[in-house]
Amino acid sequence: MATPLLEIIGLTKGFPGVKALDAVDFALRRGEIHALMGENGAGKSTLIKVLTGVFPRDAGETRLEGQVIAPRSPREAESLGISTVYQEVNLIPHLSVAENICLGRQPTWFGVIRWGAIARRARAALARLDLSLDVSRQLSSYSIAIQQLVAIARALDISAKLLILDEPTSSLDRTEVEELFKKLRKLRDGGLGIIFITHFLDQVYEISDSITVLRNGCRVGCFATRDLPRINLVSHMIGKALHQVEALERKRASTASIRSEAPILEARGLGRKGFLQPLDLDVRPGEVVGLAGLLGSGRTETARLLFGVDRPDQGTIRIGHQAVRFSSPRAAIRCGIALTPEDRKVAGIIPNLTVRENIVLALQARRGSWRRLPVAEQEKLTDRFIHALDIKTPNREQVIRNLSGGNQQKVLLARWLATEPRLFVLDEPTRGIDVGAKAEVEKLIQSLRQEGLGVVFISSELEEVVRQSQRVVVLRDRRKVNELTEGEISEQAIMHAIATHNLERPAA
Amino acid sequence: MIDWISDLLFWIVFGTILFFLRGKRIFWTVGALGLLLLFNQFFTPGFFHIQLLDGHLYGSRIDVLNQGAKVMLLSLGMVLVIATGGVDLSVGAVMAIAAAVSSRLLVTEHQPASVAIAVALVVSVLAGAWNGVLVAGFGIQPIVATLVLMVAGRGVAQLITEGQIINFLDPTMVYLGNGHLFALPFTLTLVLGMLLLAFFLVRRTALGLFIESVGDNDEASRYSGINARQVKFLVYTFSGLCAGLAGLVACSNIKSADANNIGLYLELDAILAVVVGGTSLQGGRFYLIGAVVGGLFIQTLTTTLYARNVSSDISPVPKALVIIVVCLFQSESFRTRIARFVRPSGRILKPLGSRSPQNLSTVTPHDSRES
Repeated sequence: MATPLLEIIGLTKGFPGVKALDAVDFALRRGEIHALMGENGAGKSTLIKVLTGVFPRDAGETRLEGQVIAPRSPREAESLGISTVYQEVNLIPHLSVAENICLGRQPTWFGVIRWGAIARRARAALARLDLSLDVSRQLSSYSIAIQQLVAIARALDISAKLLILDEPTSSLDRTEVEELFKKLRKLRDGGLGIIFITHFLDQVYEISDSITVLRNGCRVGCFATRDLPRINLVSHMIGKALHQVEALERKRASTASIRSEAPILEARGLGRKGFLQPLDLDVRPGEVVGLAGLLGSGRTETARLLFGVDRPDQGTIRIGHQAVRFSSPRAAIRCGIALTPEDRKVAGIIPNLTVRENIVLALQARRGSWRRLPVAEQEKLTDRFIHALDIKTPNREQVIRNLSGGNQQKVLLARWLATEPRLFVLDEPTRGIDVGAKAEVEKLIQSLRQEGLGVVFISSELEEVVRQSQRVVVLRDRRKVNELTEGEISEQAIMHAIATHNLERPAA
Repeated sequence: MIDWISDLLFWIVFGTILFFLRGKRIFWTVGALGLLLLFNQFFTPGFFHIQLLDGHLYGSRIDVLNQGAKVMLLSLGMVLVIATGGVDLSVGAVMAIAAAVSSRLLVTEHQPASVAIAVALVVSVLAGAWNGVLVAGFGIQPIVATLVLMVAGRGVAQLITEGQIINFLDPTMVYLGNGHLFALPFTLTLVLGMLLLAFFLVRRTALGLFIESVGDNDEASRYSGINARQVKFLVYTFSGLCAGLAGLVACSNIKSADANNIGLYLELDAILAVVVGGTSLQGGRFYLIGAVVGGLFIQTLTTTLYARNVSSDISPVPKALVIIVVCLFQSESFRTRIARFVRPSGRILKPLGSRSPQNLSTVTPHDSRES
């Protein structure tokens, strides 16, 4: 019992410009389920990737059962007994269950694959999970939950000592998660060490024995799960001790008048099965409504439903008293809604087009192909926004790919401001941009508010949400758990709402 | 003596054009064409010979223009399809369909040439629209979607001609591929006309911006409210129209419609022309004139190999080698590497057309690792 199963000492890993892991220690006993927690960018994935040999380390030592190891590839890690199951099932859907389990280590006889042995081995691996499937059937004919279990069976097939599960539950429903947990507990009792990564707080408390929290590449601490109250876990992840959090004095000039105005947006029971539990959301002119919650809590999902990226299957949306139904972002844009997406690279910038082209894009799309904005007007518009938002670019014909993150974000804001929206949904507008740009974006939001726009503001940084919002909707596990108004908004209140265990009030 | 002066004039004009294109993407395509012509000037006797007969110009360079018309027409449609991140493999088959429809109407059905041409073009547009529906409507991958028509199209053309090779002598139809206008082949006018139409379509409307946007980042274009389906449908339809015109020129050239051979493998030449013209197969930025010059380059290469008595069986090999070199030289990183190799001292010739790098790095630190 003296030597832990896995011991990591002073693990350090840097990428150009960032220290992703800074002297992180970690220890895992046999027969333990250990949760690795942290917000996005805290270093969880990097830790796993260094551990399994995807990335080389800069410094530090890893010991497995007392032996120093340094795997150079996931394959080498597997042969040492460290197996990983990733968030997205990375098996091959068109092969059979048996082939998937044995792929890459097929038993052969003089180079000929022994199909009988493969089937037997696959059945044995599944039996460890109390699962009996027709192993000759195509993997894709089974549900995602079963596929997830097959992935685990595959990981266990080789003599695994340590199993790493990277968000295994994100695509499973409630009963499937319970089924999975039952199996994990059985494996744990058999002496396996399990590292479990998830964003769902409830699940952490349900299954894990201990918790290690990472933040900004550093280890915050390692705790026994039963000794760590939820509220402390949240505060460790976010990086603010509860007593340090002060409700900031904020100026709210005209909130009374906001209350009386008719809402721009009224969403009632808006939801989508397996995506977002039905919720209500109002936004009035001149109001910033913050959406707070941990990653994966349903913030982005709400934004996507509002903007028509995903279609809601229940509830209604009213824009200025008119019932609307968006089948695409086009429809939402026509109603005066704008959205800057969470992932700027995937859904925001058009990398190889110029700053000018990126700015005029949404306005031009609304005008259609035939009514092309004259070049002179495009240039005038672009220059106006480069000046107003202080976009740092050598000239307006610079390819946007070459701009820094903060300036790319400003170009995206300009793209939407050019369409003169009534409701602006900002999903993590300050992520990955420097402090100066952050302040400018915040200033811009306040000036939009004063001009009478409705703003939905999503951010992982509670401080920002508190500073910006007149009202805060708190989400957890894809449902609205609370709505804080005017006087109630503080980081403390939001953290309490996030951490409150299963005490949902009925949605007002 | 006359030849000597006309050659000199030609090179002065060509050199001037090249000078004004320096720093532009198309420079490398035109430059490659220039090198190829220069090679012929010195090593292929008679290639630069040109003469005026009955008010028409004749010579190898004129042949290149006339013969290259088909690929140039195809590449105009192809470049837009490729810019959206797709590809149209069916253009050769659509050429055969257009040829079959027009000659059947002309010969078997005794229709006037105007009707034959109009119906053939309408059918080509429909064929393009079919591709558009498969790609944009049903979301089938472009290679697979257009492969359907590539394979089936020739069968359709055979059905139309009832397996016959239809010969015709109608003067209007013959004029299309063999006639002269202003001492130059009429096909040149046709290419220029289509180039102008395409230019108007994509650069005078916002369609060009939408095409590049969809090709560069489909998802972000959707978030910006662009109707990507409509854009894709349009480019495939336009490609169909271009293929139809090319098919009419092709059958006019040989005064007959041979459903088996018209436009055979020309889709590959068209794709090459687009790539040589500087457009990436990944989609995004496209170069309309580059594609046309690329088509001209490919035809010049083909004609050069014929003129040098390279057997048509092995001519694809030198053709492939030349094209690889041209494509490599369009890559800026390749050019920098070559420059470093040639002058190992480290002082590198500033690559043509690159913006001054200091300026860039101070004002906007390039940060690809952000977020």
